[in-house]
Amino acid sequence: MGDAAAPAEAERFAIGISFGNSCSSIARISPEGKAEVIANEEGDRQIPSILSYIEGEEYHGTQAKAQLIRNSTNTVAYFRDFLGKEFKSIDPTPCHQSAHPQQKDSTVAFTIRDTESETPNTVTVSEISTRHFKRLRQSASDFLGKDVNAAVITVPTDFTDAQREALVAAAKAAGLDVLQLIHEPVAAVMAYDARPEATVTDKLTVVADFGGTRSDVAVVACRGGMYTILATAHDYELGGASLDQIIIDHFAKEFMKKHKTDPRENARGLAKLKLEGEATRKALSLSSNAQISIESLVDGVDYGSTVNRTRFELLAGKVFAQFTDLIQQVVKKAELDVLDINEVIFSGGVSHTPKLASLVSNIFPETTTVLAPATSTTAINPSELSSRGAAFQASLVQEFEHEDIEQSIHPMVTVTPHLTKAIGVEFTSESGVTFQPLLSAETALPARRIAQYSAPKEGGDVLVRVCEGARDIKVTKPEPKAKEEKPAQDEDDSDFDSEDDEEEETCEIVWKTEKPVAELAVKGVKANGKIEVMVHVNPDLGLQIAVREVGSQNAVRGAVNGSA
Amino acid sequence: MASVQVVNATLPALPQGWAGEKDFKTVGALSGATQRNVEPVGPHFLAHARRKRNNRTFSEDERIQAQHNVKKTEVEEDDDISEDEDPMMLAREAKDWKGQDHYAVLGLSKHRYRATPDQIKRAHRKKVLRHHPDKKAAMGKSDENDSFFKCIQKATDLLLDPTRRRQFDSVDEAAEVEPPTKKLTGSKFYKAWGPVFEAEGRFSNKQPVPQLGDENSTQDHVETFYNFWYNVDSWRTFEYLDEDVPDDGESRDQKRHVEKKNANARRKRKTEDTVRLRELVDECLASDERIKKFKQQARAGKDAKRLAKEAEIKRLKEEKEKAKADEEQRKKDAEEAAKADREKNKKAKEAAKNASKKNKRILKSSVKDVNYFAASGEPTAAQVDGVLTDVDLIMGKIDVDELAVLAEKLTIAGKDGAAVKSAWAGEAKRLVDAGKLKDGEAKAFA
Repeated sequence: MGDAAAPAEAERFAIGISFGNSCSSIARISPEGKAEVIANEEGDRQIPSILSYIEGEEYHGTQAKAQLIRNSTNTVAYFRDFLGKEFKSIDPTPCHQSAHPQQKDSTVAFTIRDTESETPNTVTVSEISTRHFKRLRQSASDFLGKDVNAAVITVPTDFTDAQREALVAAAKAAGLDVLQLIHEPVAAVMAYDARPEATVTDKLTVVADFGGTRSDVAVVACRGGMYTILATAHDYELGGASLDQIIIDHFAKEFMKKHKTDPRENARGLAKLKLEGEATRKALSLSSNAQISIESLVDGVDYGSTVNRTRFELLAGKVFAQFTDLIQQVVKKAELDVLDINEVIFSGGVSHTPKLASLVSNIFPETTTVLAPATSTTAINPSELSSRGAAFQASLVQEFEHEDIEQSIHPMVTVTPHLTKAIGVEFTSESGVTFQPLLSAETALPARRIAQYSAPKEGGDVLVRVCEGARDIKVTKPEPKAKEEKPAQDEDDSDFDSEDDEEEETCEIVWKTEKPVAELAVKGVKANGKIEVMVHVNPDLGLQIAVREVGSQNAVRGAVNGSA
Repeated sequence: MASVQVVNATLPALPQGWAGEKDFKTVGALSGATQRNVEPVGPHFLAHARRKRNNRTFSEDERIQAQHNVKKTEVEEDDDISEDEDPMMLAREAKDWKGQDHYAVLGLSKHRYRATPDQIKRAHRKKVLRHHPDKKAAMGKSDENDSFFKCIQKATDLLLDPTRRRQFDSVDEAAEVEPPTKKLTGSKFYKAWGPVFEAEGRFSNKQPVPQLGDENSTQDHVETFYNFWYNVDSWRTFEYLDEDVPDDGESRDQKRHVEKKNANARRKRKTEDTVRLRELVDECLASDERIKKFKQQARAGKDAKRLAKEAEIKRLKEEKEKAKADEEQRKKDAEEAAKADREKNKKAKEAAKNASKKNKRILKSSVKDVNYFAASGEPTAAQVDGVLTDVDLIMGKIDVDELAVLAEKLTIAGKDGAAVKSAWAGEAKRLVDAGKLKDGEAKAFA
């Protein structure tokens, strides 16, 4: 590809930006090759996507968030999802306690007093986004000491072309050259895969992105380092705000017992409760007890209380169930079983909640890795995943010219045939016939895999039978005692942990041969020899297979013609 | 991508009776594929995109990428500093290092003043590896002659010191390019003189030095080139050729003398060099065809301008004259037309006059022919007078055309008294109706 960077663009310095509805974060790849999330001037790595104006002065991030109480009409928040949309198609609910969105021409705007004059101005959501990007760019440039002028930005999978265009235009107006827009779930997967210790494997990953105002879940197939989204599910009302509401309601009821007034009926009281409630909810993710204290909540009455994690988890049970339902729903949508999922990645701020992670890991078998702070010590901070992934991509494409990037992300290149069935090698032994997948289903073509198998101990002639295989889920009731003693499947045989003894069933994945494709013979293999099998699948479903004994030069080759 | 996964499974032995051509047998085909969108992220996708866009297979792409990566490291091992060593040079004594060609000693005679410090360092290392006295001892050559090794050290010391290197470069005759001895024309001129100035350019303090160019160079370029060379700012010095200053501290006078002599020699050489360079540029300028071409062009340009100006004046004059002639012609034509018009009018008038005269005669004769409407016999004088008065009255009231009509009517009536009278009466009545005649006037035609 574009190995030679254009001299004019040699000065390009790119970062990764995750632009969320509630929070944004910026990251870059350090010279050592590690992703590094950049803190803004206030030391925040999670920068609230909020802008506030007081007498012409602009406040951004945490400072702007504090303005939601006193200066809510001149504070713009939760505007990301309005970008590039028409007024009639937006959901203004999250903006109840900030500047309200209005219609202006075909776009959405806010009426705020952003200058020193008394008359309010109507500012479009694009302009607000541009200002937000300017602040992010400034923070990154200040931190790095270099002028940041390009970025890779993450977007949800359901972003329309109009939204993408609006986002690119807004970033451009802020002086950021958008190299590429990448999907949030894929950025999260990449953040894990870009770690130096990560290896390239075939896996099915569920990315659960639980944000402040919405939740998105996606099933991503990772095949030899290439990612394909198999299914997505979105819930635009479920998010951190839903959990905050539980905390708010809890404290509001407690307050009403003492003082007979509902703090939620007072706008300022509600804003205070919301702000402090969110902080309390976050504190509960880290410790088992959390305090709340609000000065002058209503009628000048100060309020202080504590809540413990168990109480919160009990109250929030229903909401947690919604999160887990969403995950199950998406697995179903991808026509998969929970047993097929190798990895669950938690992304977004709400993912810090420990109960959520434990509930989700209960859905999946034990073999599935759940990457959340509560379940795995090696997990990356879920709030930073998107921006880290974006930064990684930015470091990859930074040197490329725009035209090169555009050509590479063109559907001509990205739309590829994917295998419908796994391809593998069949083994016949005394205990029966087994199948070992070499290329998993949903592998993007063309693809090539090489594997080594051992030959029989005594050596001699060996048969390699390349087949298509399918997986079955074998449900075994415990009573008749599991009789399957198939040779161990390397990854997929597992128990489904369920607490109820009576209904304990064993589910496991069993591979079976569906259709043999080719047979190859390797003759005269030495004792204890190893056989290397290389399978290459063309986009037209043609196969090239080469089999050789490790250490020998002579390979048995053959080709199967494609159907297409 | 080409990583090998090791699977812990044992392949079955070949069953008896299995046969296949070249040990391969196709048994089936793959079932269909689904079209999906790959996410355009990650290093593996970029590799995929590269393969797809350039239509490469896995192994091709791997090979090309590998070559690409190798190239970068290869530069370091670049063998651009290996040259054959002249046995004469190897036999040099270290003490007359001043006479040696330092670049040749290091095997850099192709590069000379263009050699980078890095190249010099690498060349030095290479030579040292070969000529180190210890190496020689190891090879069993027992002559303790390490003079060439010393030459190498001297050359490196000198060339790595920028000041001393400049001094050597100033007098490095091997780097000079001799100017052509005879006059050259066409492309030969540029081929011969280009390298001369390129070599001279190395002494310029101002870099980059403008190039001679070729026959298609613009006037601007050529002028810049000669201006540069007439005002060149050269760092060339001749210290390298200095006589050795005695350093024994005994004869201070002698030392001063030598120093003075050296300074004078340097100054002299520098002046000579400046003169030489000036003459060189003069010579080049004299045989540069482009200068002539530009002069011709300038002259042609001037001539063209002058001619254009004259032509313009002439054209203006002609235009003026033409306009004048046109104007006169127009006037004349107008006059003639007016004259012809007048004459034509006159003729018409006369004709009309004649016609009306004739008509009037008809009118008058008509009443006379019918005997002035007298019933019988001679009309009375009063009758004749009355009728004639009325005829005159009517004739005075009607115009030429009406007169003609009336005359025609009367001619048709001929000598029939009643018809004539009715014609007259009709005419009188018409005039009365038209209000030209009062009722009761023209009594004779009532």
